[in-house]
Amino acid sequence: MLLRRHLPALAAGLLAAPAVQAQRAWEPQRPVQLIVPAGTGGGADQMARIIQGIITRHSLMRQPMMVVNKPGGAGAEGFLEARNARANPHVLVITLSNLFTTPLSTGIPFSWRDLTPVAMLALDEFCLWVNAASPWTTLAEFVAASGTQRMRMGGTGSRQEDQIITVAIQRATGSTFTYVPFRGGGEVATQLVGNHIDCTVNNPIEAVTHWRSGTLRPLCVFDRTRLPGEGRITETMGWQDIPTAKEAGLDVEYLMLRGIFAAPGLTPPQLAFYSDLLGRVVATPEWRELMATGAFNTTMLAGEAFRAWLTEEEVRHRSLMQEAGFIGAGG
Amino acid sequence: MLSSVITRRSMEIAFALVLIAMGALAIQDSLRIGAGWSSDGPRSGYFPLILGVILILASVGNLVSALATRDAAPFATWAQLRLVGSVLLPTTIYVAVIPFAGIYLPSALLIGFFMARFGGFRWVTSLASGVAAAVVTFIIFEIWFLVALPKGPLEDALGF
Amino acid sequence: MEEIGLLMQGFGVVLQPQNLLLMVAGIVLGVIIGVLPGLGGANGIAILLPLTFAMPPVSAIIMLSCIYWGALFGGAITSILFNIPGEPWSVATTFDGYPMAQQGRAGEALTAAFTSSFVGALFAVILITFLAPLVAQFALRFGPPEFFAVMVLSFASFIGLSKGSPLKALAAMMAGFLLAAVGMDGVTGTLRMTYGSMELMRGIDFLVVVIGLFGLSEILVSIEEGLSFKGARAKLSMGIVLQTWKQLPKHWALALRSSVIGCWMGITPAGATPASFMSYGVARRTARDPESFGKGRIEGVIAPETAAHAAGTSALLPMLALGVPGSPTAAVLLGGLIMWGLQPGPMLFVEQKDFVWGLIASMYLGNVVGLIIVLACVPWFAAILRVPFSIIAAIILMVCAIGAYTVNTAEFDIVLMLIFGVIGYVMKKLDYPLAPLVLALVLGDRTEESFRQSLLLSQGSTGVFFQNWLCGGIMTLAIGIAGYPLISKAVGLFRRRELKPAQ
Repeated sequence: MLLRRHLPALAAGLLAAPAVQAQRAWEPQRPVQLIVPAGTGGGADQMARIIQGIITRHSLMRQPMMVVNKPGGAGAEGFLEARNARANPHVLVITLSNLFTTPLSTGIPFSWRDLTPVAMLALDEFCLWVNAASPWTTLAEFVAASGTQRMRMGGTGSRQEDQIITVAIQRATGSTFTYVPFRGGGEVATQLVGNHIDCTVNNPIEAVTHWRSGTLRPLCVFDRTRLPGEGRITETMGWQDIPTAKEAGLDVEYLMLRGIFAAPGLTPPQLAFYSDLLGRVVATPEWRELMATGAFNTTMLAGEAFRAWLTEEEVRHRSLMQEAGFIGAGG
Repeated sequence: MLSSVITRRSMEIAFALVLIAMGALAIQDSLRIGAGWSSDGPRSGYFPLILGVILILASVGNLVSALATRDAAPFATWAQLRLVGSVLLPTTIYVAVIPFAGIYLPSALLIGFFMARFGGFRWVTSLASGVAAAVVTFIIFEIWFLVALPKGPLEDALGF
Repeated sequence: MEEIGLLMQGFGVVLQPQNLLLMVAGIVLGVIIGVLPGLGGANGIAILLPLTFAMPPVSAIIMLSCIYWGALFGGAITSILFNIPGEPWSVATTFDGYPMAQQGRAGEALTAAFTSSFVGALFAVILITFLAPLVAQFALRFGPPEFFAVMVLSFASFIGLSKGSPLKALAAMMAGFLLAAVGMDGVTGTLRMTYGSMELMRGIDFLVVVIGLFGLSEILVSIEEGLSFKGARAKLSMGIVLQTWKQLPKHWALALRSSVIGCWMGITPAGATPASFMSYGVARRTARDPESFGKGRIEGVIAPETAAHAAGTSALLPMLALGVPGSPTAAVLLGGLIMWGLQPGPMLFVEQKDFVWGLIASMYLGNVVGLIIVLACVPWFAAILRVPFSIIAAIILMVCAIGAYTVNTAEFDIVLMLIFGVIGYVMKKLDYPLAPLVLALVLGDRTEESFRQSLLLSQGSTGVFFQNWLCGGIMTLAIGIAGYPLISKAVGLFRRRELKPAQ
């Protein structure tokens, strides 16, 4: 029955083929592997499978896309596999923050320069959350309190995005936080609801339901501008009402890259095919809905602008991780 | 009864020594990364260090009790080992070949080999069954479930 | 009651012909991926997730959750027939299920496994139907210290159970803990015992070890006794299902206790694996003749299967009500919900009533349909044992290799599986118990993690484990259970000395 599901897609693809062929100089000749440098169920994995689903549903590609999880070595394995597939146009990799953090914390030598950047699809936002029963209603109150009491910050994983933001907050406030790592964003949010920790830097999508039910409260968002959004999430507030950290007096900014990279040594027509494909993916209603529910930053970058962004982020991660003492060589 | 090649006693001793070595490795690595108790709980090496020590103590106990026995009970007889080897050897070759030849071709050969060698089937029948099993596996994984398994030059030549 | 009315509406949604069809398709697919080790549960659902993208959310979740039920049922099949646990929570099922199959009682074991799975799931679904909000509140009380206490309790209910040399059991357990520690330390991100190897950085996955230690080694052991599998005498009629059913009702207390353990573990969310081990341990402890466990007792199949399914099902509750997945599979389902624009969490029950009750109704129906399908296939499954060794052995080896590979998409894991196959063979021959090793390997990581998380929260004070009644209560219970065999043994020893002064 799965085969049957593929048949209409295949048929549609065949009918549309002549027109498509005229536009595109190159297209995949065999199944395309989308490597996820993380396990099943996480944010990157979800996004990869959504992309796979959208491509299948809208018949955007004639060959199927296979999602392959390579979580080994904090994702290093996935990146190395893509790097070693030089000039193989059927290998893509979706990134999360470990593109920058893993080489620094494990000492495994690779960087985004070893791959072909295709496009930045979106950026994950981070908000500072506290329990709604806590006395802190503004960021200023929270920062003041962090000077007198040691805040327990929950986050996903260690030496990754959540802990890096915590380090950045420490640097900006001068207070010390106790960082407690958990396994996933949902678990972190629940620990905060259950009052086992004091604060988190969950993604909007991980905590929104608790915000709506009145158990959590956002204090700020770690972006340059406020989150996009109309209407209200709770009785009184919507995404757009959360102040940025900078507005509230804390100079911390962090966004996590959701980007697609290809193996090194791709020819320009091959690269063009994938940029075009991703352009079609982000134009679908499913993708837009996902961006809206997750309050993602929908900046899309490609080419030189993307490279410049990557260069800047790499430097910033290095400095934050160096300061936190997270740089190791297999240590 | 067939003459035994390895006594149970010597196997006990060897296995205890392996576990002691494992414990020692764990201790060495734990000391390298810090096995103390810091202000907010144990450090990374704390538990592995303790585990390594207990493992060594338990294994020394096993080692001593093995050394103390004068029992010459067999671990396995020649005939048994030959049978085990007849499965283990092809399996080892199978596993060793997968990174180069992918999983499908070696699987077809392994199934064919087992059928012909142990089942007394004709080579043609056996190999045909092996190939059939590999093809079915290929369809289930690569085409239905879109799961990429290791592939080699053969699949590459066929365009997958 | 409001719930009943809503549930009936839910049944209305589920009973649409299209949804019923998806349900059957889901169960069948689920059983297939459950049988293939490494592909079951989380991986299987993740793979099939994009296929449901085009469906309406209710149909999609019905299909996916039916795949989940199917996978839960399917996991038991290979455990019983070949000693290869398709899923981590099927490990405890092998302890008695496989010996039963060897004695020619595969049909009985399978029937017991499927039926108790159904009972456990049903218990959990009823719990979800009527107590969801209340239970979700209970789950919130579980922070790292409580979680650690639960882990200690899992170990406590298992300790002292292994026969033979206690030193060997201890060594096996320590080896399991050490294997669990290999790779990246979840708390600080430090690399442990990797010795600079990329392959070891991945860590040693539980399923890879288990496939080798149980499945592969079993082939090696059974080959010593000639090129055949035992258990080919399995009866192949549907009559066996009815015969087994006749003797199941007398185990109602066991099933009830296992369901409670399972639901508790599923909600907190410790998951199905500790639930199955704990339930098996408790069943054996409370049995009049604990020595007969591990030799093919039907209770040894009922206890872990009931608990695993109660846990697997109730794990969906915190996912729906709190947005916290109670198991890796639930985590993937959670991703699915988000993909369909549904926001799991406290508001889901208020805003998406159709969806929630459709899902709950599908849990009832899906389990019934699943049970009918798998029971009807019992004779077929048992017939697999009649396939000549020369054909089935190589296929098992291939399936093991595929299973080991798909866990992390790593070729090195196949090598690791082979190594553990040989180790398992040696351990079995030398009477090293495998269960403590496996238990330590599967729970070791999370136990250490929750211990260290607790101490981070308390800033180094170990008093945190007795900070409140819940945590302190579980800890005390665990210590009591762990201490009991020692005390009773000491008392027994003392008495025996008194009785036989001559010795």
